Amino acid sequence: MKIHEYQGKQLFAKYGVPVPKGIAAFTVDEAEAAAKKLIADTGSQVVVVKAQIHAGGRGKGGGVKVAKGGAAEARQLAEKILGMDLVTHQTGPGGQKVRRLYIEQGLDMACEMYLGAVVDRDRRRVAFMASTEGGVEIEKVAAETPDKILTVHVDPTVGLSSFQARELAFGLGLMKYGKDTVGKFVRLCAQLYDLFVKEDCSLLEINPLVVLKNGDVVALDAKINFDDNADFRHKVWSELRDDDEEDPVELQAKEAGLNYVSLDGNVGCLVNGAGLAMATMDIIKHAGEKHGVAPANFLDVGGGATQEQVTKAFAMILKSPKVKAIFVNIFGGIMKCDVIANGVVAAAKELGLEVPLVVRLEGTNVELGRKILTESGLAIEPASTMADGAAKIVKAVSQQSKGGAA
Amino acid sequence: MSILVGKDTKLIVQGITGGAGSFHAKQAIEYGTSVVAGVTPTRGGETFEAATSVGTVKVPVFDTVSRAVKETGANATCIFVPPPGAADAILEALDAGIELVVCITEGIPVVDMLGVRRVLEAMQREHEARGRRIPRLVGPNCPGVITPGACKIGIMPGHIHKPGHIGVVSRSGTLTYEAVGQLTALGIGQSTCVGIGGDPVSGMDFVDVLELFQADPDTHGVIMIGEIGGGAEERAAEFIKSKMTKPVAAFIAGTTAPPGKRMGHAGAIISGGKGTAAAKIAALEAAGAKVAPTPSDMATTLKSMMA
Repeated sequence: MKIHEYQGKQLFAKYGVPVPKGIAAFTVDEAEAAAKKLIADTGSQVVVVKAQIHAGGRGKGGGVKVAKGGAAEARQLAEKILGMDLVTHQTGPGGQKVRRLYIEQGLDMACEMYLGAVVDRDRRRVAFMASTEGGVEIEKVAAETPDKILTVHVDPTVGLSSFQARELAFGLGLMKYGKDTVGKFVRLCAQLYDLFVKEDCSLLEINPLVVLKNGDVVALDAKINFDDNADFRHKVWSELRDDDEEDPVELQAKEAGLNYVSLDGNVGCLVNGAGLAMATMDIIKHAGEKHGVAPANFLDVGGGATQEQVTKAFAMILKSPKVKAIFVNIFGGIMKCDVIANGVVAAAKELGLEVPLVVRLEGTNVELGRKILTESGLAIEPASTMADGAAKIVKAVSQQSKGGAA
Repeated sequence: MSILVGKDTKLIVQGITGGAGSFHAKQAIEYGTSVVAGVTPTRGGETFEAATSVGTVKVPVFDTVSRAVKETGANATCIFVPPPGAADAILEALDAGIELVVCITEGIPVVDMLGVRRVLEAMQREHEARGRRIPRLVGPNCPGVITPGACKIGIMPGHIHKPGHIGVVSRSGTLTYEAVGQLTALGIGQSTCVGIGGDPVSGMDFVDVLELFQADPDTHGVIMIGEIGGGAEERAAEFIKSKMTKPVAAFIAGTTAPPGKRMGHAGAIISGGKGTAAAKIAALEAAGAKVAPTPSDMATTLKSMMA
């Protein structure tokens, strides 16, 4: 789960990590009032207007602007940014609509750096990464000049040690700003590790982390992803969630307890198990690439889905206008084939089945499942294997497009 | 022979009084697994009863794993404890001296698993230095381990398996069933099937399992099923290249998965351009493994290497 920059900074402040003064704004009026208050509080005319979306690269996309001419200019910038479709390297071509702003005090900085923490799955440790190349795409730095990224791995039994943070500080060349700056950086690292563990983060990034002209170390940005698995011990997360930033269909699926990811193709897929669901996408693409046939979604109904959940899942696929055919691929383990069959039949009868449906059932209670499908009277094409199913799906979709052309 | 589990495995089930725990304990007993005890804190002294085709089997329930081990001599555990207590359940089993810990639970916070992993690694080093058998963790978020005809630990459907000489190791549950189903349909049996799970931080890795398959005289070939995310398949490729003499057929799920999206499993995500299917397939092929072009060809690909 992702949260906004301003929410991340509130969390930073709670753990003592220095952040600039700032106020969140949902309207242009609120943005202007925020700018006025910041100018009065800080005595500086400079404020920054920042788009709040769950994607990086906002500055480059025109979502972060500096106002040097007071609250009136901040208002003008807010008018421009609020409501825009902000396109960055992380949003996709359609961009993301800006619905929230963060108005922040401007600061005199001496240098920009990058600092991040992430679970390094190959080392099975939290890795802290720092780089002098702040304010730019860190992915690019990692790919082009990996030696510019300093990394330390944290032993979970003792936490981040001061010597590790010092290694990063000296590696970043912070001594040139004085030993106080080194000390401030080390303290900030300890606070961040504390936050990472206690708040169950999966990713934490500050890009840029800056040294001010007075030697202070301040987090100018805050990107936090939470580990969804830990939501049972963080009741507050539900308040931090911003549904506007999520794909509406994926959100609906999540509420129904399903794993769903929207894709660009035309074949709806209903599968049990994440690996099999991915493999089903792969085999459809493999068989259908030359015919313009591709998966429209990833959908894992899981092992313990009820008939009701299966019905919901199938209804979601049926409602999608881009779907030209549906492939149900089940290898029942805990999941029983009759539960799937009943769910599919219920949804198809309720919403009507207007596209070809290919079903491959295998595993627990397979005979019962097949019987339910046959007796339903629905136009279902059975498939004996995944490959057989994929071939039948490709045939069904390409016949339609031929029919459409004629 | 086989790896990890066999006829001498004495299993306890942690969380045996819960819904999933009791259902799968029953299935395991029905399959012929020796289930010697159950553990549910505060329910010690109760008896778990499983009605099977050979009559009712009674299993004693204990409050703690250490007590269960002392009373029954158990050497393996299967964990069905819900996510908030699952990491603790793993630690309890390791502390009690259980040799094989299989954790089925899906949804354990990664921060919890970082601690478990640290303890496990320290324990393994210590046991190795003293020349003792090292403890193993399989999972979490996995289907478990089965040696067909001998012992089933986990949630896989037992009836699709057939005793034989092919090892199967996989990050995905249902894709394991798919591979096993294909093998059995061709009349090819399995020595042991190991689901290592779909979480980013877990116990046994591909390399750990391949090492055991390579050393097991009863395993003649291996199907390895990977997926996008992380570097475990690349490490497996290195091992196959340098140490493996037995044929390995592989499949990598997620060729068509978009970057940055979590595909069901917490571990199945391409991030920062790393963990793509293409890179994993290239590494495995360069190592001499044969990668099945589609998930329907896993067994036939291995069969073509066994001739």
